[in-house]
Formats: sequence, structure tokens, C-alpha cells
Amino acid sequence: MAKVTVDGIEVEVPNGASVLQACEAAGKEIPRFCYHERLSVAGNCRMCLVEVEKAPKPVASCAFPVAEGMKVFTDSAVVRQARRNVMEFLLINHPLDCPICDQGGECDLQDQAVAFGSDASRYHEPKRAVKDKDIGPLIKTVMNRCIQCTRCVRFSAEVAGTSELGGTNRGENMEIGTYVEKALTSELSGNLIDICPVGALTSRPYAFVSRPWELKKTDSIDVLDATGANIRVDARGPEVLRIIPRINEAVNEEWMADRGRFSFDGLKRRRLDRPWVRRDGKLVAATWPEAFAAIAAKLSSVPGDRIGAVAGALADAESTLALKDLMTAYGSANLDCREDGAAIDASRPEFWRFNTTIAGIDEADALLIVGSDVRREAPVLNARIRKRWTAGKFPVAYVGPHGLDLTYPAAHLGAGPGAMQGFAETLKAAQKPMIILGRGALQRADGAAVLAAAWALAADVGALTADWHGFNLLHLFGGEVGALELGFVPGADGKGLDAMLAGGVDALWLLNADGFDPARIAAGTFVIYQGHHGDAMAGRADVILPGAAYTEKDATWVNTEGRAQRGRLAIFPPGEAKEDWRIIRAFSEGVGKALPYADMHAIRAALAAASPVFARVGDVARAGCADPAGPAGGEVSGADFVLPLPVYHQADVISRASDVMAQCAATYGPAPALAAE
Amino acid sequence: MALSDKDRIFTNLYGTQPWNLPAARARGNWDGTAAILARGRDSIIDEMKASGLRGRGGAGFPTGMKWSFMPKQSDGRTSYLVVNADESEPGTCKDRDIIRHDPHTLIEGCLIAGFAMGAVAGYIYIRGEYYNESVVLEAAIAEAYEAGLLGKNACGSGYDYDLYVHRGAGAYICGEETALIESLEGKKGMPRLKPPFPAAVGLYGCPTTVNNVETIAVVPTILRRGGAWFASFGRERNQGTKIFCIQGHVNKPCNVEAEMSIPLRELIERYAGGVRGGWDNLLCVIPGGSSTPLLPKHVCDDVLMDFDALREHKSGLGTAGVIVMDKSTDIIRAIARLSAFYKHESCGQCTPCREGMGWVKRMMDRMVTGDAEIEEIDVLENVTRRIEGHTICALADGGVWPVQGLIRHYRPLMEERIAAFKARNTRLAAE
Repeated sequence: MAKVTVDGIEVEVPNGASVLQACEAAGKEIPRFCYHERLSVAGNCRMCLVEVEKAPKPVASCAFPVAEGMKVFTDSAVVRQARRNVMEFLLINHPLDCPICDQGGECDLQDQAVAFGSDASRYHEPKRAVKDKDIGPLIKTVMNRCIQCTRCVRFSAEVAGTSELGGTNRGENMEIGTYVEKALTSELSGNLIDICPVGALTSRPYAFVSRPWELKKTDSIDVLDATGANIRVDARGPEVLRIIPRINEAVNEEWMADRGRFSFDGLKRRRLDRPWVRRDGKLVAATWPEAFAAIAAKLSSVPGDRIGAVAGALADAESTLALKDLMTAYGSANLDCREDGAAIDASRPEFWRFNTTIAGIDEADALLIVGSDVRREAPVLNARIRKRWTAGKFPVAYVGPHGLDLTYPAAHLGAGPGAMQGFAETLKAAQKPMIILGRGALQRADGAAVLAAAWALAADVGALTADWHGFNLLHLFGGEVGALELGFVPGADGKGLDAMLAGGVDALWLLNADGFDPARIAAGTFVIYQGHHGDAMAGRADVILPGAAYTEKDATWVNTEGRAQRGRLAIFPPGEAKEDWRIIRAFSEGVGKALPYADMHAIRAALAAASPVFARVGDVARAGCADPAGPAGGEVSGADFVLPLPVYHQADVISRASDVMAQCAATYGPAPALAAE
Repeated sequence: MALSDKDRIFTNLYGTQPWNLPAARARGNWDGTAAILARGRDSIIDEMKASGLRGRGGAGFPTGMKWSFMPKQSDGRTSYLVVNADESEPGTCKDRDIIRHDPHTLIEGCLIAGFAMGAVAGYIYIRGEYYNESVVLEAAIAEAYEAGLLGKNACGSGYDYDLYVHRGAGAYICGEETALIESLEGKKGMPRLKPPFPAAVGLYGCPTTVNNVETIAVVPTILRRGGAWFASFGRERNQGTKIFCIQGHVNKPCNVEAEMSIPLRELIERYAGGVRGGWDNLLCVIPGGSSTPLLPKHVCDDVLMDFDALREHKSGLGTAGVIVMDKSTDIIRAIARLSAFYKHESCGQCTPCREGMGWVKRMMDRMVTGDAEIEEIDVLENVTRRIEGHTICALADGGVWPVQGLIRHYRPLMEERIAAFKARNTRLAAE
């Protein structure tokens, strides 16, 4: 530790810390543009200059290491002048087009200019003009505004792991770009918008849409992948206008994935905004009482064990619990939440959770990935792995299709489950080995055997010890784990997904279940579809109950770690759509099987009683492995793994309804396309 | 008293003899190199400290002290010597003549300096435009390897040392030591943040010392003749001999090795045949390469050519590229040309330099024609002060000093030019 005096305030900071960190420890805010906590230090904007006693010149505080007894001045005449100088230089070639700039109101340059800018310009020469770059459908560039801080360059090289941006030319003519113009290929590209301190990189879908002070900001959770990134939903009136990440060090740090960020325009399209009932083979618009009556009539006409329910990838915990309780009230044990057919053993939470936890990746020292393209299935989690890899001494290997680009080097062991053993020696040599098993790897006939084999490998290499749990299942969407935690699986004598679809039930309640082919449902089955998008499954339904998307309800989501987090209502569901658990609750009352919770507090108490994960919202109980006995397995086949999400940008009902995501899918389609084409 | 030939280190500066190894040996190079190495690292560094040699690349940092910053015990990393032959300062061409006519002084210096700092290899980063020079240098290195002077057991000393030549791509900024290291590593030549200094974290993350060609090339002779001999030339703290590059409006432009602290007038008149049209026709002199502020004639009359004397006159010895300008010179235009050069060569990393150099250049362009306001001279001077000392490297400082020197000494001329422009345009408007 070093003692440093900042403006007369004595603080102790670790050796090797920067002067800027010492200033922050002393509560002094240092203006900066190029410095970013999660990126390497560039030291080029010169905005953070401070005076250090005995130093001949002002020093860049972001890059200057502290020394014992150092005296720092952050508010001296020299420092104030230095900041004014830098601000003047930054502004001479800046277009000053704040009135038409989307960054206006949340622009670092604008804010600092208020503090350090001059009221008049002394610059009477022509301003520099820089050609805008086309870097894909998500990010709009106005390169005149760029202040060459190189945050974007460092983000793409260091965090995203796709070194696609760089500075060409030098001096005044330096330009940020991709050199050969092309669309950025990172799934984290939206974060460039957040880290750009000016309006050079802004959101293309959000262009000219709104000002930040007009937005209602609601904290929520990204459910379009299973990382559970903490987000803020910015809405105006009935519309979500943008989604940006919030900081949560344990989950997403401050990044989020592009699908979650940009697919919100899908919330406005193909929505189910009123109930529908099939009459004479055609779906016709109905009222809520009519829809409920149709369902009640059907359910009362069949025995309980001929009724089934499936919870899908985007079902929230509250409605899943309500549906489970409703089914129990009808005497049905035919429940399944594994709509994609993944052979997840639901007997112990360790078999379905990401037990190491996301933050735990930082401690791991070897990693085997089985049947998962982590980069596309959980981009933010993949960035965490990359961060660990960047720190060094972290061998990684994967089993799956050849040629996966995970953004860090990984040895390819083979395409089928048999290749898993190829990394056993490295894992054994490691202190804290990790295995990530993709949910996609279990969506096959021998899925249970793959799960058992992966667990057995983890046990064999010492990944399952009393103080380290190295077995991880990586899920794909935000609703999957919550349903598992609530035990939404076949009860005693209950039928599973396959049996239900094959005609094992006469009435089937689908809660946000869009993950399988509707044609698999037996012809005579009465289908109740509860969801928010008119995707393929809604077309098969006999009754449609319009529900709320994740931005439109207060709901609890559980990420792949088993971390329950709360999303909040940002806008109201469209039309007559309702929050999902309230639909089920209302129905239950109508049929005389009233569920024992009538308000949010009550159902959340019921959730907490059903599983401890809901009692520690926001937190996760990380533990070692107490019982290395694995799930029941069988013989693995030699078949190659197939990745579950063929198109990253169109993986769920929301992103499939999104225009922006459709553009992305076209741009980043099977063959890499140049944006300029 | 002029420097006598027997005290010259670069006896083949003019290429009157061949550059090759036999000729170099006849001139005394590679004589007893093994014995010098046998003195040991500390002894060599002490001798260098005693010689008072200051770096010849411009900044004038004491060489012996710089070498002593290198780790005595390796922590597992290797050490490197990097020789800066990216001689790009306008007005400077001394290293070029050393490399093409006397390369073995440099190569022998590399071996000794490398040994003194415990380096396993040396890299000579030569500017890309010096193609012919790099050919000579590579051939001379090959000769040295052939003769067992480099490589395994160099000179029979038991010390293994390799020397490589790397050609740059023609960026002025790559003469800045950390930008040079970046470029050598294959990256874009942009200066690094300091600390850490190269002696701690340099080339490929290893301890590195970057020295100028001339600094290294004088080392063997200093060690053969003794630090005291070298220190006998010049004033205290400014000892030694130095190659001056005299050009511009002189009768015989030349490179010449002279003792430090030689009066500027003597330097020009003795070696360069005097100023064109006589000493009284002198307007001003840029004493140390383009980045040092100019000296008007009245200063040139009696100033000494060394680090401290020139600093007293708010200029510097720099690389000792003496640019002489007589009264036919449009000094505003001359300095504007330098501003254009520095604007072009800024790497674009730091805000003040990236944005400021273009601003200065454009204002200077207007000063040339006089299309400005009198107050803008103050704005110009203020802008240069805002650039100076606020950047990672010293390019920005060197880029604005000429302008500051111009304003300091020739402000009346600039005002006159502005007034003339105004008069001309008012008349035109009235017509």
C-alpha cells in the first residue's frame, strides 16, 4: 500500500495503482475520455492531467503509477488550465452538432465542455471532415465527431476479441475504422455505443428517436440468453426505445449481447394483443371470458392425467409456478419445461446449473467446452472466459463442430462426445478445472448419456471437490433454469414432453413454448397457447391467451448459474394482453380452483417456498460439490454435436419478429457478407 | 583551436577510404576489442561516465548513466540494445555518413555497449529512406560475423552477441525511442506511456536501452583512448567531440567533427566556408535540427555550440544540424514549412498534438501571407504553449518550439506582414 495525498486528503492505495485511482479513492473526480476501467490504458486524450509535486510537467493520471508520499493536486491552476487546453483542442475539429447528435444529453464531451469549455472559439480554420464508415446494421457512425480516444479499438481487441477496429493514418488524419469497410462480426458490438464517449458510434435503430431525458428508465434482466445480463429498459409511452446494460460485476460486468440489446423492435411486431379461440377450424378473435370458457369446458371434460403443460424458454418463474399449481389442482403431473428435448436430469440442481458461477471463471485454470458455441450462446459469458484467457495460463479445448471461433484459442478435440477424454490430462493437471456443457449437447437421443459422461469426466479430473465445482451446464434462454428450479418436470407417473406431444394428453397448455415443431403435436390435442408473439406455435393453438413479454411484466428470471433476478415492468402489455401469472390465477379462480396467491407478494412468497433460489434474489449460493455421484446415463453414440442456435440473431420469438435482427441475419448470414455490398 | 585530425573519432567521415573491414582495421577499429570487454561491465560504464558523453540524439542524456539503469541481474528476461538510426530530423545527416562511410565504428560500439548493459542482441533501426546505407551496414555486419567479431564468442571474448538491422518505413515519430520499439515489434509507431521506461520494460517487454548511432559509434574510441581524453574537449558538462551538420546559406555545406563548445561563428567560418555574402548577411541560424528554436544573428555572433549555452538562449543543441539562413530568407515561410512537417508527422495519439499541430500549421500559413489579425500572433503563441508539455512524447514540444522562436525574435516582421496585407487589401477594396 502507498500513502498518497490528493488535494490534502490522505488515502492509501495499493502499490501499482494509478494516480487516477488514488484520486477516485480520495473522492476526486477526474475527467477522462480514453480511460476506461475495463480496458487497457492508452493515456492519449490528456484530459486526466493532474499536477504531481516535483514532476516538471502535468502527468496523465490514468497512466502514472502512485509512489509512496506522492502529493497530487487535481484542482490547481495548472490542472484547470491543462483541462481547458485539451477541451479546446478536442472541440476545434469537433462538428459541435449536438442538436442533431444522438449522444446529446449523455455525452462525455458535452458534459466536460460545460465544465472546461470556452464560450467562444479561437479556431478560424476549416474543420476536418472524416468519411463515415459503414460497420453494419447496428452501429451508426458519424466519424466527424470522433475524438480518437481509441476506446472502441481497445474494446474490440481486448474484450470482444475480434480485432476489427483500428486507427489508420496518423496525426490529424487518423481515422478509426475497419480499414476494409465491413460489418463488425462481434456479438458484443453494441457495447461500442456505450463506451464511445462522444456521438461517433451511436445506435442505428435508435437514431433520431429520442433524447435521454424523455425516457422512462426501468431496471430489468436480459432473458434472450441465459447469462441474465442486468439491463435498463428505456421506454417512452408504450414503446421500448432502447435497452442498455447495467453494471453487475458478478454477471455481466457492464456488457450485454447484441440480440438482447437490439431485438426490442420485435416487441412491437406480430404481437398477440387479444385472446383468440378456434371455431370451426379457424381462429377468431374472442374476449377473455370466452377464451377462459373454452378452456374450462375442455379441461373439465378430460381426466387430469390427460391434461399436460409445457413451459418454454421465455417463461418467467411466477407464471411457471402458477401453471404448475394449476396443473396440480387438475390432478395432472404431466409437466415439462425441457421443450427443446434436452435430456437434463432434474433430480439435483447441480446437474443443471452453471455451478462454477460466472465470476468463478476468473479462478479457473483449465476449461473444456462440450457441444457449445459459447460465443454465440452466451456472448457476455464468453467475454468473461476471454478475460480469464487474457490473464494467461488458461488452456481451453472444445468438443463440437470444427472451426469454432470462440475469440480465444481453443484446441479442437473432435466433433462427437467420444472426444471429451482427449483433454482429461490437462484438466487433471489443473487446480481448478472447468467443464462447460452446452444445453444443445443434450438435445439428442443419447443426451442423458452425454450429461452423465460429462459429469463423470468432471468427477474423474478432480473438478468436483468440496471447495470447487467445475461442472457447468450452459443454458440458452432466461426462462429455462427457473422452471427447472421450480420442478416443472413430470411428476410421479407424469408424462414427459415426447409422450405429451405423441398424444399422451388431450389438452396441452403451452406457456411461452415455441421451442419445438408444432407439427409434432398429435392431431386431436386441444392446445392452449399462452405467449406474446404470433409465431408458429400460436397458429396451432385452439385457444390463444395473450401474455406479456419480458419488458412488460414484473417477473423473476433465473440465469444459468441459478441466480434469481427481478425484471420490472417498463411498458404495459399491448391491447388486452396481461401479465402471465395473473392470467393463470384469474383462470383458476374462474374454474373454482383458486390458486393461493392473489398478489405479487403472495406469489413471490410461494416462489421462495418452492425453491431457495427465489429466497436470495440477486444472489447465488456458490458451493463445492458434496456428492460426486453422477446422473444416470447410458451409452453415448458417436454422433457429432450439432449447435442449437443456427442463426445467432434469430433465436427466439422476439428476435424473429425484429426487423433489426432480420437485417443482421441477412448481413451476417451463412456466408460472410461485406457491409458495402 | 581547431580539433586536430589525430583527435578525430570518425576518420573516414567523408568516405575517402573504403568502409570495409580491412580499411576499418587499418584506421584502428576493432583494435583490442576483446581487451575492452575483458575490463568488465562496471568498468566500461564507469569509463563512459568519466567521459561525460551525453546522448547525441537530441535530448543529451548522460550515456553512462543511461546504461547503468539496465538490470545487473537478469530476472529471466533478456536485455536488448536498440540503436536509433531513424535519423529523420530535418537538417541532420550525421548518422548517415557514419553508417555509409564508417560503419565499423558503429558495429564495434554496438558490441561494447551491448556487453556493458548485458544485452544478448542489438537491433539497429534504420530509417527506410536510407536504403543504400542499410545495404552497407548489412554488408559490414556480415563482414564482422565472418571475422568472428560478432555472433558466438564475439572477438574471442567468450561473449555471445547478435546484431540485426531493421528498416523503418519512413515515419519521423519512429525516431522517438518508444515509438521505435513499437515499430520494431511490428506495431504502429506510436510512443508508449512512460513510466515504465524502456530500461525496465522495452522491446518485447524486456529491459532495453535505445541509443543514437553517433553515441554508440564514439564508444570504442572513448574506451581505447580513455574517458579523460574525451572529456578534455568542450566545457564542463558538455564534453567531447561532435559531428555538426552545417547547411543552408553557407558557401561549403558539410558534416564536420569538431569539439563541443566551439563558437557558432567559428564553426561556420572555419568549416563551412562562411555565410553566403559574408557574416553580416546572416539572418539567423537554427542550431540543432529543425525542432530547436532559431537564433537571430546577434546571438549567433558569440554563442557556443553546446547543450548549456544554447539552452541559455532558449534553444538547444539537439542533433547539431545547423541550418544557416541569410537575409534572402523569408523566415516566416521557412518556419511555416517546419510546422507543416510536424503536422504531417504527428502520430495522432495525444489530443494536443493531433489537433494542435494542424491549427498551428494553418495559422502559420496565414502568417506567411499576412492574412491574419495582429492579435492572432498572441493566439498562435498561446496555442503553442498549450501544446507544449501536455503530450506523451516530445514531438509536440519540438514541433512548436520553432514557432515560439519565430515569435520571440521576429514578431515585428510578422506584424509588418499583416499590416502590409491589410493595406493591400484595403486598397483593393477601395478601388
